[in-house]
Amino acid sequence: MSDQKKGSISDVLNEKDIQKRNEFYNQYVKEVTPKFSVFKNSVKAFLIGGIICTIGQFLTTYFKNLGQNEENAKSYTSLVLILLSILLTGFGIYQKLAKFGGAGTLVPITGFANSVAAPAVEYKKEGQVFGIGCKIFTIAGPVILYGIFSSWVLGLIYYLLKRFGLV
Amino acid sequence: MAANQNKQSKMVGKQSIIFRDPPYIISASSVAGKKEGEGPLGHLFDLIHEDPMVGKKTWEEAESELMKQSAEKALEKAGLKSQDIRYLVGGDLLGQLIATSFGIVDLEIPTLGIYGACSTMGEAMTIGAILVDGGFADNVMAITSSHFAGAEKQFRFPLDYGNQRPYSAHWTVTGSGAVIIADKDSHKKEQGASVVIKGVTPGKIVDFGLKDSMNMGAAMAPAAFETIKQNFEDFGVKPDYYDKIITGDLGYVGQTILIDLLGEKGYDISHNHMDCGIEIFDQEEQDTHAGGSGCGCSAITFTSYILNQLRGGNWKRVLFVPTGALLSQVSFNEGKSVPGIAHAVVVEAET
Repeated sequence: MSDQKKGSISDVLNEKDIQKRNEFYNQYVKEVTPKFSVFKNSVKAFLIGGIICTIGQFLTTYFKNLGQNEENAKSYTSLVLILLSILLTGFGIYQKLAKFGGAGTLVPITGFANSVAAPAVEYKKEGQVFGIGCKIFTIAGPVILYGIFSSWVLGLIYYLLKRFGLV
Repeated sequence: MAANQNKQSKMVGKQSIIFRDPPYIISASSVAGKKEGEGPLGHLFDLIHEDPMVGKKTWEEAESELMKQSAEKALEKAGLKSQDIRYLVGGDLLGQLIATSFGIVDLEIPTLGIYGACSTMGEAMTIGAILVDGGFADNVMAITSSHFAGAEKQFRFPLDYGNQRPYSAHWTVTGSGAVIIADKDSHKKEQGASVVIKGVTPGKIVDFGLKDSMNMGAAMAPAAFETIKQNFEDFGVKPDYYDKIITGDLGYVGQTILIDLLGEKGYDISHNHMDCGIEIFDQEEQDTHAGGSGCGCSAITFTSYILNQLRGGNWKRVLFVPTGALLSQVSFNEGKSVPGIAHAVVVEAET
């Protein structure tokens, strides 16, 4: 039995040390639990994420052709993508896209919009203040907080580097 | 305490009870949602709701309504009124038992609210049978419910949030099941054999330190293993003693683990194990990954399919073991593992 990989079911049951037993059990569970194929998931994410980004590029080019400058065109693109994502969330379609596309729907700005719109829809029934107000950022909150925090840290570094004439 | 000495003990083994006057299950009801209705057991349910909101405004109200309807259906099938029920034992998954509180309030039955996560039906039937066998009640209703959307909101993400469920994830059953446990058999003979609760093995909380809250089958399997093993030891029986050993919602992953664990102790249940979470949905067609879960999963499978098999004489004796993952978002965020619990109920058809 010594050459047997630790984490088999007999190791779990025969281990007297609780912490070790739990470790063995976690290992054993990992082995018996089916997993997504990373390759298949990546292909799907590439496809859906790519489509979203292509729509984004189409919009940017369109707004530029209307005579907007680069910055404005990009802002309008974000706004339209957010609007689309919120509409799809409200109609219950975005969830289905995400089930298929995974990270492809999570990473673009549409994923962020979905993570704000979904709690708003869900918690509306608990009221404007305690429902939507308190819970709208339950998923997106960490992104906002740590996004702002890390830009503050980067800003500080930039300031110091500038101060010492390094940039 | 002289009276006590005259009483025959009903305790067997380390933690089981054998009933001297096994209580009867005189009536049972199953109310289910649309997806459950489309599943393999759909034709057996008493009521199926196409509308996930059940005509209400919130998920919590909807689940309360499911529970109310299953209570009323069980009463109707037994030809009883709510006043005839001495006590109601029940619970659900929503915070502070929302569905039970608001679903049952109008029935005006003295109520014992319980929480055992998805093992609630086993716990309710256990307490109900003890009350009846002990002479503390003539009719007791054991009831529970769960709702997919309510459970997602409570334990996971808002419904419309885009994420991918792992293969080990369960699909919470929308439904409510109730049984009426009684000291006298009054079920109609043309509906088949009388069904009694012969004994119970209440389970302990078992924690093998699993940290993955999306793999509840693996969290609950050790608890089911402990309870089933103890049941065999306490009653001095082998797995073959039961026509079926039926767990609540271990799903595919949990089933593999349970069979492995018991096999390691010399108990082979691979041929007579069944899991309500696996039976209730068609995994391929309905995209439910590991299987169904929730209090309603074992409850409506028991009150429809399992009871039918017993009444129809296909099975003589089953060990019904609803399983629960004692998961809370708070304890999980605080880095705690997911403990499991399982209660075993010996259910027999009388010939």
